Amino acid sequence: MSDPQTPSLMHQRRRAAWLFLLPMLTVLAGVAGWPLFRTVFFSFTDATLATLDGFQGVGLDNYLWLLRDPVWWRAVWNTLLFTVVSVGIETTLGLGIALILNAHLPGRGLLRAAVLIPWAIPTVVSAQMWGWMFHDLYGVVNAILMGLGLIAEPRAWTADPDLALPVVIAVDVWKSTPFMALLILAALQMLPRDLYEAARVDGVHPVKVFFRITLPLIRPALMVAVLFRTLDALRVFDLMYVLTGNSRSTMSMSVYARQYLIDFQDVGYGSAAATLLVLVLAVATVLAVTLGRVRVDAGR
Amino acid sequence: MGLKRMIGRVAFALLVLGIVAWAVFPFAWAIVTSLKAGSALFTVEAWPSQPSLANYTAIFKEQPFGRNILNSLLAASSVVALSLGLAVLAAYALGRVRFRGRGLLLFVVLGVSMFPQVAVLSGLFELVRWLGLYNRIGSLVLSYLIFTLPFTVWVLTTFMRELPKELEEAAMVDGAGPFVIVTRVFLPLMGPALAATGLLAFIAAWNEFLFALTFTLTDDARTVPVAIALMSGASQYELPWGQIMAASVVVTVPLIGLVLLFQRRIVSGLTAGAVKG
Repeated sequence: MSDPQTPSLMHQRRRAAWLFLLPMLTVLAGVAGWPLFRTVFFSFTDATLATLDGFQGVGLDNYLWLLRDPVWWRAVWNTLLFTVVSVGIETTLGLGIALILNAHLPGRGLLRAAVLIPWAIPTVVSAQMWGWMFHDLYGVVNAILMGLGLIAEPRAWTADPDLALPVVIAVDVWKSTPFMALLILAALQMLPRDLYEAARVDGVHPVKVFFRITLPLIRPALMVAVLFRTLDALRVFDLMYVLTGNSRSTMSMSVYARQYLIDFQDVGYGSAAATLLVLVLAVATVLAVTLGRVRVDAGR
Repeated sequence: MGLKRMIGRVAFALLVLGIVAWAVFPFAWAIVTSLKAGSALFTVEAWPSQPSLANYTAIFKEQPFGRNILNSLLAASSVVALSLGLAVLAAYALGRVRFRGRGLLLFVVLGVSMFPQVAVLSGLFELVRWLGLYNRIGSLVLSYLIFTLPFTVWVLTTFMRELPKELEEAAMVDGAGPFVIVTRVFLPLMGPALAATGLLAFIAAWNEFLFALTFTLTDDARTVPVAIALMSGASQYELPWGQIMAASVVVTVPLIGLVLLFQRRIVSGLTAGAVKG
């Protein structure tokens, strides 16, 4: 941070700063602020996609209907279950892969290149790839499992209500674990080497080193990564939509909201669902920042 | 001791191989599938007995996939150019000038990038229709700004902060104003940062699905992810899996190439912002 020498110069810099920020802020207000405001506004009306400029206020009716709809609650449950399970697995696996990558062993470059592949593949493409692998008649997963004698007959992975959500979670774990591993790896590489030297000289068991030294030191970075993944998982849309369409057994809150907004053209009701999703995200963030003591700042 | 170590090494090598196989197999299987034509698709075999490129020619002849790629390229590159332009100026202000409300602004920018996209869908739909952009690339450029702009601002701000202040002071002594400092002094130094940030933003825009699905209607206005998700064959009940996999391979190979080429920069870009690209 350069400290300008004279007050007038400082004044000039501040004015320039606001001038530089103005275009960015105007665009953000236009594409994010205003549409969000309109969504919240529509949630109190009976607007439909066809009559976006002719509608009546209905107070809290949309919200009251929403809270009485079992399909909505199913979507809330699906989203929360998906988030907790997939982020949990991704964090554990990501930590493991990051530790392997951080150990200076042969095969490290190959491993890093390989885990970048799922990350680089578009979500829609990975959903289609896995959808094909899980195909009930011609899928390779059924063929392999039957070849190994693990299942007696082919399963309809994405159509079976009990299997569909686990399949969606498995695909998300495949796709997002690399991101987690890379973020954790970056944190691991910042750790001071001499600490580990000291532990080795003292003959401390590696497992103990991990829980007593490594984990506490990377905790802040780990929590930030977990928070970002959680917020990302709570708004999940592509995976469910492509793998299982609007099926209730996997429907997330985003899929539910979009179905009402666009497919059923019920903008008022769909906006209410979308607004509740924003509230859930806000609550998750507040919980993470207060209970998890996550500190997110660009200052570092 | 020696034996124990060897078993340990072999087990570790197997673990690494297992992870590599898990990461790579689905894409490898997509390639294999894309080379199977006709009924070969419905037999599970590790390599097609008669590999064929029929699926690849079909996606460009039977489907408007060339047009879809063009749409995606156009939308993603315009939104990246726009975001970088706006973000360089904003990043200078946020990264190098101390003023009241800076922390709050950074927080708001980060907050926008974490938004659920469905939360702005109805408002954006109204805006898109009002601007006459429905079923046009413009609607995508407009809506993609919502995630590319906060991301580029955030990453470039952390980068701007690291630049040596002596450079700026020297320029100020020479009487350069803030705009000259940004464009003449800092911008030439930011090539690598702009490339990495731009690439990540490009990938995010290229992969976007929800807005593209909602704001386009006809086959020839679709972007690549929507085309791949909605590709249909001769009958409604039979999905053209071979073509879907061929299309997936076509769009993924360049992405994987870019990512592997720039892997170091991408990792540092991701962690600088700690924002998913």
